[in-house]
Amino acid sequence: MSAREAIFANVRRSLGVTGAEEPRRFEVEARLAKAPVGVVPKRGQGDAEARIATLKAEAERAAATIAEVATLAEVPGEVARFLRENNAPASLRMGADQRLAAMPWSATPLDIMHGPSDGHDLNAVSVAFAAIAETGTVALVSGADNPTTLNFLPDNQIVVVRRTDVVADYESVFVRLRETYGKGGAPRTVNFVTGPSRSADIEQTLLLGAHGPRRLHIVIAG
Amino acid sequence: MSAVATTSKFKENAHEALTDARLQGALVHARNFSVRRAEAAARLPEFEALRDSARAVKDHTLAHLDLYLEAYERKVIESGGQVHYAQDAEEARRIIIELCRSLGAKSVTKGKSMISEEIGLNQALEAAGIEAVETDLGEYIIQLRGETPSHIIAPAIHVTKHDVEQDFRKAHRDLPPNRDLSEPEQLLAEARGVLRAKFLAADVGVTGANFLVAETGTSIIVTNEGNGDLTQILPKAHIVIASIEKIVPTLEDAAQLLRVLARSATGQDASVYTTLSTGPRRLGDPDGPSAYHVVILDNGRSSMLGGEFEDMLRCIRCGACMNHCPVYQAIGGHAYGWVYPGPMGAVLTPSLIGVAEGGQLPNASTFCGRCEEVCPVRIPLPKMMRHWREREFERHLSPAPFRYGLGLWAFFARRPMLYRFATDLAARAMHLAGRGKGRFSWAPLAGGWTQYRDLAAPETTTFQSQWRAKSGAVK
Repeated sequence: MSAREAIFANVRRSLGVTGAEEPRRFEVEARLAKAPVGVVPKRGQGDAEARIATLKAEAERAAATIAEVATLAEVPGEVARFLRENNAPASLRMGADQRLAAMPWSATPLDIMHGPSDGHDLNAVSVAFAAIAETGTVALVSGADNPTTLNFLPDNQIVVVRRTDVVADYESVFVRLRETYGKGGAPRTVNFVTGPSRSADIEQTLLLGAHGPRRLHIVIAG
Repeated sequence: MSAVATTSKFKENAHEALTDARLQGALVHARNFSVRRAEAAARLPEFEALRDSARAVKDHTLAHLDLYLEAYERKVIESGGQVHYAQDAEEARRIIIELCRSLGAKSVTKGKSMISEEIGLNQALEAAGIEAVETDLGEYIIQLRGETPSHIIAPAIHVTKHDVEQDFRKAHRDLPPNRDLSEPEQLLAEARGVLRAKFLAADVGVTGANFLVAETGTSIIVTNEGNGDLTQILPKAHIVIASIEKIVPTLEDAAQLLRVLARSATGQDASVYTTLSTGPRRLGDPDGPSAYHVVILDNGRSSMLGGEFEDMLRCIRCGACMNHCPVYQAIGGHAYGWVYPGPMGAVLTPSLIGVAEGGQLPNASTFCGRCEEVCPVRIPLPKMMRHWREREFERHLSPAPFRYGLGLWAFFARRPMLYRFATDLAARAMHLAGRGKGRFSWAPLAGGWTQYRDLAAPETTTFQSQWRAKSGAVK
């Protein structure tokens, strides 16, 4: 008997599963198909303005910084300001996202590089798939548009969030994922990011910038 | 063989821990967890309802575990990944080493994983000539020290910053010897630099999983450092090692558990990085692993289903029980002698390595009940520790003086007249003997008690006789 067969046999024996499995199968298939929503905190709910206000407050609690600009065209200026104020070099890496490509980067002094990071970039910008008001979280999906390495290797992680992509809760992101990738489908990686990297492993002293970014700057736009 | 257990020496371990001044100094830092958890819970009105919901998700999944495992396996394969099954630690180690060899791996980075500790993966990899590098800061520190974690979410909680400084000076020999490493900031910066190179050079990344989602074939990891992510996106292959009970049906179900996990563990509303991984990199992806393997471990868990310890399989490894346990707070995690410390370890360890080896752990409880009060999935830990004590007694594994003492007590307890007479006599005698101070600094057969505190001398008469006198007076 293979290990797989032995484990399944032992699970079924322990659960006392007899031959009559139809109701059990039905219940499992129904749950997988319907994905019922459980308890969802009220905190993130509300209209667009309320969600953005909660997102800001919660992201700041998690030690992220957050700025709001009126249009996507104003994003490069805000990114340049953020990097300048943090004494970061004037270089910036980004993926192939068309929304980033359409922004007027040449109006800033920033050197723009494209593609995934090899670990030698200090700054990167991505566009979020969504942002979650409930916990002040940005959700990023993998792919050529916004490579996953940009979320972890640079010191300064900058994430652009479109106003229409600020949702109340995690469940709203799952609905959007199913719309984009199909039911039961998923991109290789979804990163829910709440604040910059941190560790409290030495004497419970909380320090930012453990292995990932030292700063997370969220720019809400358009 | 799994990680070597010293659980049978729990008493000796605990005594040693209590007299270890350095350890006692470090354990002070473990006490902040409970305050932060309470603040996080108070901030979320739905917290108690979420705990009920989290428990229900786990119970439902465990009752249908075979079917959800099948569904999960199907989706992993659909997304281009591979699933391997291991009945025990030895099989799991063999699978991972074979995978590493077939990938030509010389170096493996690791995200924090308790299952990896359970199967003793690091030693096995090293024995196979493959470098294994722990990347969670706490795990890295204890790996340098040749130790095991003393806490499931804060593995180096027993270590002081001065210890870490010495460990780093010994391990990082190519750095300037006169560098300043006196504060956690400098220690973290050094570890970041050393490990960044390891991340970029690794051939394979091994992580655990907080949850496996049947709906999508996704593994979820939760970290604050981002080390688990660098472990899994940079090397050419990602191997996930997880036990069978990590399955949840849907993403929505995972969200219920995630909402109680971080709050119960560190008091955060959400951990910094919650990452969903599904299969290897897709066509057109510029980064991410080219191969994705999941090793599913049983190691005794399937036998816990349907029995009196099934509830333990709800555990999501948040560490709240040990953060609120007066015994853990006094002795730390290593005294428990195996991988899982604290109340959850006291219940789980005998299930996984046997009551003969781990049977002493369920005695490491004052039955204060705080572990159950704070458990995000409401595991009745004290009740289950009692079950183990009963089994230990039934199997004649408890020490002889304890068994005879209990037999003696039972003899009197079954004879109420004799019991009252004997306790009354004893109370009077002890009252007389302790007259003056009202306490004993030494008493026969009570050395274990009087070594650490005085034994109070009783009032003249027993509670029972005082009660009779009082209730008589009322009538």
